[in-house]
Amino acid sequence: MIRRLLVANRGEIARRIIATCRAVGVETVAVYSDADSATPHAGEADYAVHLPGNAPTATYLRGDLLIDAARRAGADAVHPGYGFLSENADFAQAVLDAGLTWVGPSPKAIAVMGSKVDAKALVGDAGVPVLPTWHEAHEVTQFPVMVKASAGGGGRGMRLVRDPESLHEALASARREAAGAFGDGTVFCERYVERARHIEVQLIADSAGTVVSLGERECSIQRRHQKIIEETPSPAVSPALREELCAAAIAVARAIGYVGAGTVEFVLAPEGDWYFLEMNTRLQVEHPVTELVVGIDLVRLQLLVAEGGTLPWNGPPPLRGHAIEARLYAEDPAYAFLPNSGTLHRFEIPGVSKEFAPMLSPGLRVDAGVAAGTEIGVYYDPMLAKVIAWAPTRYEAARQLGTALARARIHGVGTNRDLLVRVLRHPSFVGGGIDTGFLDRHPEVFAPLLSSVDALRLSCLAAALAGAYGRRSAAALGMVPAGWRNVPSVPQTVAYDAPSGTFEVAYRMDRDDALAAWSVRLVDRDDIGLPGTTPDLADDHPPVAVVLASLERVVLDVAGVRLAFDIHRVGDVSYVDSSEGSVALTEVPRFPPPPVDVGEGGLVAPLPGAVGRILVVPGQRVAAGELVLTVEAMKLEHAVHAPADGVITDLRVATGAQVEAGTLLAILTPDQQS
Amino acid sequence: MLDRLAELDAAAAEARAGGGDKYVARHHARGKLLARERVELLLDRDSPFLELCPYAAWGTEYTVGASVVTGIGVVAGVPCVIVANDPTVRGGAVNPFTLKKTLRAGEIARQNRLPMVNLVESGGADLPTQADIFIPGGAAFRDLTRLSAEGIPTVAVVFGNATAGGAYIPGMSDYTIFVRDRAKVFLAGPPLVKMATGEEVDDERLGGAHMHGTRSGLADHVAEDERDAIRVARSALSRLASSSPSRSFGAEPKLPTEDLLAIASADLRTPFDPREILARVLDGSEFDEFKPLYGTALVTGWGAIHGHRVGVLANARGVLFSPEAQKAAQFIQLANSSGTPLVFLQNTTGYMVGSEYEQNGIIKHGAHMINAVANSKVPHITVNIGASYGAGNYGMCGRSFEPRFLFAWPNARSAVMGPAQLAGVLSIVARQAAEAKGQVYDESQDAQMRQMVEQKIDQESAALYLSGRLYDDGVIDPRDTRTVLGICLSIVESESKTAGFGVFRL
Repeated sequence: MIRRLLVANRGEIARRIIATCRAVGVETVAVYSDADSATPHAGEADYAVHLPGNAPTATYLRGDLLIDAARRAGADAVHPGYGFLSENADFAQAVLDAGLTWVGPSPKAIAVMGSKVDAKALVGDAGVPVLPTWHEAHEVTQFPVMVKASAGGGGRGMRLVRDPESLHEALASARREAAGAFGDGTVFCERYVERARHIEVQLIADSAGTVVSLGERECSIQRRHQKIIEETPSPAVSPALREELCAAAIAVARAIGYVGAGTVEFVLAPEGDWYFLEMNTRLQVEHPVTELVVGIDLVRLQLLVAEGGTLPWNGPPPLRGHAIEARLYAEDPAYAFLPNSGTLHRFEIPGVSKEFAPMLSPGLRVDAGVAAGTEIGVYYDPMLAKVIAWAPTRYEAARQLGTALARARIHGVGTNRDLLVRVLRHPSFVGGGIDTGFLDRHPEVFAPLLSSVDALRLSCLAAALAGAYGRRSAAALGMVPAGWRNVPSVPQTVAYDAPSGTFEVAYRMDRDDALAAWSVRLVDRDDIGLPGTTPDLADDHPPVAVVLASLERVVLDVAGVRLAFDIHRVGDVSYVDSSEGSVALTEVPRFPPPPVDVGEGGLVAPLPGAVGRILVVPGQRVAAGELVLTVEAMKLEHAVHAPADGVITDLRVATGAQVEAGTLLAILTPDQQS
Repeated sequence: MLDRLAELDAAAAEARAGGGDKYVARHHARGKLLARERVELLLDRDSPFLELCPYAAWGTEYTVGASVVTGIGVVAGVPCVIVANDPTVRGGAVNPFTLKKTLRAGEIARQNRLPMVNLVESGGADLPTQADIFIPGGAAFRDLTRLSAEGIPTVAVVFGNATAGGAYIPGMSDYTIFVRDRAKVFLAGPPLVKMATGEEVDDERLGGAHMHGTRSGLADHVAEDERDAIRVARSALSRLASSSPSRSFGAEPKLPTEDLLAIASADLRTPFDPREILARVLDGSEFDEFKPLYGTALVTGWGAIHGHRVGVLANARGVLFSPEAQKAAQFIQLANSSGTPLVFLQNTTGYMVGSEYEQNGIIKHGAHMINAVANSKVPHITVNIGASYGAGNYGMCGRSFEPRFLFAWPNARSAVMGPAQLAGVLSIVARQAAEAKGQVYDESQDAQMRQMVEQKIDQESAALYLSGRLYDDGVIDPRDTRTVLGICLSIVESESKTAGFGVFRL
């Protein structure tokens, strides 16, 4: 019997496991790195042990430290969560050797399935269809192929290659990434199925030999080979196909004597044929959709099986309704999904019925690793939370989830929220026509929700009016009308940097303190306040009356329709939320400090991360477009290219250096233009 | 009534138009803001502005508004009188109506004790009407300095010409800001100088912002452009006006106090930049420097510690020269005007010696500084962070000048002069005495004497030695400087304003 369990993980999955432990009476031990000392998971456990440092290799990937932490805090079991060491057979063995209970499958099962190459051979022998595979570039007989890391997961090291010419470079960079990320540089090529759907079957098996399938999940909406929207049941899976897939999954599990929770992934081709992809020997990120539809707590069953208990049923439980999960990431979809960092100033999702647990009736579940005030760093996966809707039908679940996300208040870091909402509301998604190429085929889902010019202008006006209200408390001449003039000449102005440009708001109040005139115009940031640029209040805007103006809420009557704006100001940034969408407006300083000379030809870090490979030395001549160095962030390697022909005159960083977005990396002195 | 209002609107439109479209466009093309644009930028956002005498010169041969904008508005939370020349009207020349309007603004400032901000750009008197301007015009300068005498701040921002009489607007103001490459301030321009003395000089060298910022000291701040100048004016007003709302409520410094150890342990002979210390002591690391380009061996400026506003004087390169002494004297007066406590960070080897400096009056200028320190009425707190030698100890508010508190860092030294110098002086005097008596000087005895003296002085100038003799209120860990100053400032600010007598037992 498990009395006290160490969760060898962080973020939402650590909180998820702690929640179940609390519900079933198991005490918990959390571990936390330097950067995570104030994150929710570290505060929620009964005990928490510090892992000094930040890099995963110094903290959450240090099996010896984790086992030592378990000993010191008196834990008798370890749950690895997902990611980190969850599929590391050596760690599982070390836990067992330390006399602790391992909440997961046997080290042997992990090892077999951890090698994609071995797993495919074993599964093929069991009679389950697999995709053709090649190990060397010259063996490849058909394109496109997907280059994969044998030890990989979560999209790392994967490269889609459509022609033989680029295969060598793809294999080389995949090997590098794989070696860096997993300590194993083995990669292989696999036939790539166009317009494939990603279908997976959830299993749970006990040590008495019972293997139960808990239905399938479809995870076809992916970005960079990582899932962002997952659901169950799949609109592409008929009862007959479900039976086939579940039977195949059970056969795979039985072939290796699997015990615990696991997932068998398949690829479903448009023609209806399907193939085994891999088996994940752990709890999946997307497990909540299954929990809601099946009505079980998978973590509870994991504990039960790990303690040697037997499953309460031996056939698949009935599926009830439909569940969809959306992964909310701190990232910028418009800029190659670059991770964002910063302080999460507000994090509110309306209408949440439950957190981290199955529910009795349809509603909204949130599994979040963060809370208002959490610092989003650069060291770990940028997923903030999973938002899951459970409804009787698929379209109801999609609508509920889309609206909940649209109405969420997420301030401080940019997220993929708008993208998720646009996908969930997209007719093709609602119609069930999805595959792994969905985002590439539908670029329109990348548009921000707040995309109409008028909506943006009104958001800017609302922010300006809230600001004007805020300044009234500091009135030194009594509560006379704001900005009153006996000889009006120049309107009040305030400029904001918005994602789509810089907007200057100009307004004038009349002697009754009502909005007399206003304008919001897109301006060149460098021109603000220059002589001769004073805005005139041209009347090209819809008539707007201010119904209510306060520090945090502005209600405008726009041509007879009332619209409310919520304003949350942190420092220079006003977060404006309305039914039209959300936008972060950064006030342009009224008196900008004298500009800092960054120096022409400076190469700056495109995002926060660690400097990876450096391919130049100071004094080296480079050609335009040549790779200068790479910045590794989160899971990917970002290239920094030379913007022009020239000479690298200064190199400011070394491999491994942590850099912020905008950090000067190197200086290129471009050749004189003739 | 509405007809009358329409007439008023027309007059206001005329005043707003200034010198007309052509001159407005030319002014903008030069990268300059209009008088009203300068005023709007100076005012707090969304605050009201009561323009005064907007219709001055209506019905005369002069432009409505009389080429100047005056009014009452709020700047950095402080209600002020603002006077802005309109350079689009005949270069901002002062005509009899301009003078009357300006004097009225000054009168309102004095009667209501309002700080005054002059936004200056004027070619001077309209010469054909000089008879109506010259004699009464002196009142403008008289009013400015009387405001200052009453402790009401006066700020001048010079955007362009301020020549002849106009030069005394910045000249008589408490705080002046000159726009780089634009401000021209002199008694006589190059042509008149050539007429008078034959000297050929360009106007930048004669009275440009850079010259006044680095050489004459007439400019307290040289701004990069008009916007920057207005930013500095707002900041200056918030520091000078005792009624201004506090800016930062005890925000922690942005840089770690731990660094102070490394700064303090630096070799005494290598002077260090006191801004490095201030960035680790002041609230939010915010420091508004006064006269940053003038007398640069002494750093002066404004900041706050645990929410208490302070003025800071800190030695930057040991030696005090004449400009440093005069800068200090002016800064101490400013602090007294706004009732701001002063913090002295001593690290000085004294006033500069040598014939050139003696001839230029280093004693007299040092005396200005010592005089200002001695008679300053605001609380002083002194911290010896390095060296405190010679009369520098007096000018930087040593023990005899009764700072409310005096602390020293463990590395600090204090003496009439450095040990090596003192021993050397004794040796020279003894040698001269021996030679006068025709005796042979004993070199080995001299070396022994010098070593002994050096050792003794060295020992006697150490912080702990002096603290043991109660010449300070304690030696402090440099990392505690902010906390110690915070405690002391809250004490000195709570001093009673009602003086006179103790409670009589009746």
